[in-house]
Amino acid sequence: MSNSIDLHEHSAHSHGGAHHHRDDLGAKIGMWLFLFTEVILFGGLFLLYFSYRVKYSHDFHLAAKELNVVVGTLNTGILLTSSLTMALSILALTKRQKTLSLVFLGATIACAFGFLYNKYFEWGAKIHHGIYPGSEKLAEREHGEVVFFGLYYSMTGLHTFHVIVGIIFLTFFGIQIIRDKIRFDYYSKLENVGLYWHLVDLIWIFLFPLFYLLH
Amino acid sequence: MSNHNEHAEEHKHTIGYGTYTIIWFALLALTAVTVAVAGINLGEYTLFVAMVVAAIKAMIVINVFMHIKFDDLIVKWLLGFCGFIFAVMFLFLAFDVLLRY
Repeated sequence: MSNSIDLHEHSAHSHGGAHHHRDDLGAKIGMWLFLFTEVILFGGLFLLYFSYRVKYSHDFHLAAKELNVVVGTLNTGILLTSSLTMALSILALTKRQKTLSLVFLGATIACAFGFLYNKYFEWGAKIHHGIYPGSEKLAEREHGEVVFFGLYYSMTGLHTFHVIVGIIFLTFFGIQIIRDKIRFDYYSKLENVGLYWHLVDLIWIFLFPLFYLLH
Repeated sequence: MSNHNEHAEEHKHTIGYGTYTIIWFALLALTAVTVAVAGINLGEYTLFVAMVVAAIKAMIVINVFMHIKFDDLIVKWLLGFCGFIFAVMFLFLAFDVLLRY
């Protein structure tokens, strides 16, 4: 068993080395650079949130009371769990436990869908109550509350978009693991999508208290 | 030969299943803390306390899940640079906003 793996590894090395240029560190730096543009993208929105919160402190507190803390907390737990399974998926793959790696990756994707499911009902309830950008009911409220819900929809919306993109990439790389395109000795793609996934989690860590925990 | 050394080094830096699980528990506990603290009226410190706990959680995720602790110096510098830029942006905005209202 170990012999065949060694042979395999050896052939992969000599083969890969001859035809493909591999630069795992370069790929990682590229990924981090992309993540920094993401930080600045969301950072700009956080700065906007900060200035409006200072200006409409009272309205923000009033509006935030309508958000469901239980759903917000649940989604925080779900995303933190998905971050754990993402890290475990990479760890399992490096330990040559391919099936276990796929199980953890599947759990990560399942968590992501769970997050979307909760978001769907959360937004659905809000829209049902007439709270959505451009609604007449919302326009009757205080200006600060309108701004709060505008920021709520744009920031959590942009975050949810990132979750959807994450699901697509995680699924795509899961297929590559099945096909041995990503393996224990060549997993920088999985590592980099992991970095992206943790960033999605990181952004939610800040979004959650800023929107749901204003009492 | 050098290849083997690299592999040995990689293994030394690998975080195990147990550590990841403990970190996950810690993150969940910190979430429970923020939710609990939000119930207490801290007045103008509410935002500050929530952000401190969020920052602690972020540091844990970056260091453990994102492996920055074991990464090359260049990645650490890049992260520091990005943080610095954001801090400058925030600082100048804060001067303006806080003195205005």
